[in-house]
Amino acid sequence: MSKEENKNGIFVSCSDANHFCDKNQYKEATFWEKVKLNIHLIYCKACRKYSANNGKLTKLVKDPKVISINQYEKNAMKERLKQKMNE
Amino acid sequence: MTMPTNTIDPNAWVDKYSDYLFNYTIVRVDDKEIAQDLVQETFFAGLKSMKNFKGEASERTWLISILKRKIIDHYRKINSNKGKAEVRINYSTDSETEGDWLEERVADPFDKNAEGDIENEELGLAIHNCMDKLPEKQSLIFKMKTIQGFDTEAICNEFDITASNLWVIIHRARTAMAECLEKNWF
Repeated sequence: MSKEENKNGIFVSCSDANHFCDKNQYKEATFWEKVKLNIHLIYCKACRKYSANNGKLTKLVKDPKVISINQYEKNAMKERLKQKMNE
Repeated sequence: MTMPTNTIDPNAWVDKYSDYLFNYTIVRVDDKEIAQDLVQETFFAGLKSMKNFKGEASERTWLISILKRKIIDHYRKINSNKGKAEVRINYSTDSETEGDWLEERVADPFDKNAEGDIENEELGLAIHNCMDKLPEKQSLIFKMKTIQGFDTEAICNEFDITASNLWVIIHRARTAMAECLEKNWF
């Protein structure tokens, strides 16, 4: 199968499938990409595992307990730390 | 050349450790503002006692040990304020134990055994811990994309990379993150 055919066909490679799966975690996969991903998952065990783990990771990261200080606050912290260093 | 020992670099502290320290604090004081202040104070204290850093522990472990003191101090402060306000009420008629009431019942502010114990790690800490293990650029991009929710284009502009570069980085980061979290969280 040539590369061109590969791109348009309904059967995609594992790396493409994983790429669609990654995009899907951020809701950025197109409808066709999702269709292709799901067809790939029917017959590919390795990608099924990757997809499952990827979904779990997304869930974990979305947990409200996972927080980070916002960038604005961080910059302020850096500034204050710098001031102290120069004292 | 000798083996590289742990070195110290306050300029990188905020980028490297603030989120981890923040997550460590927030589960113990349960207030965003206070947690941020404590992290800031920890950095100041670290700066002051930099010469005591012998390079035996990693920078982060060392900062955590300072932070622990800060959290304990914080609880001392609020407990003594409460004490002042309430000790006037007599809970006991026995003059010997008068005023002891509050102190006796103050709970330990946090689990002493939890320190450094990965099995007991809070989810937030575990995730930041795993993110810190990624290569720096990967970790930064993954954080921006996944936690801070920047869109693809903004990150690409910021780092001057193409969208497909970004997705490769995200893919590697996600694979590593899944592996890192697998043992305790999947």
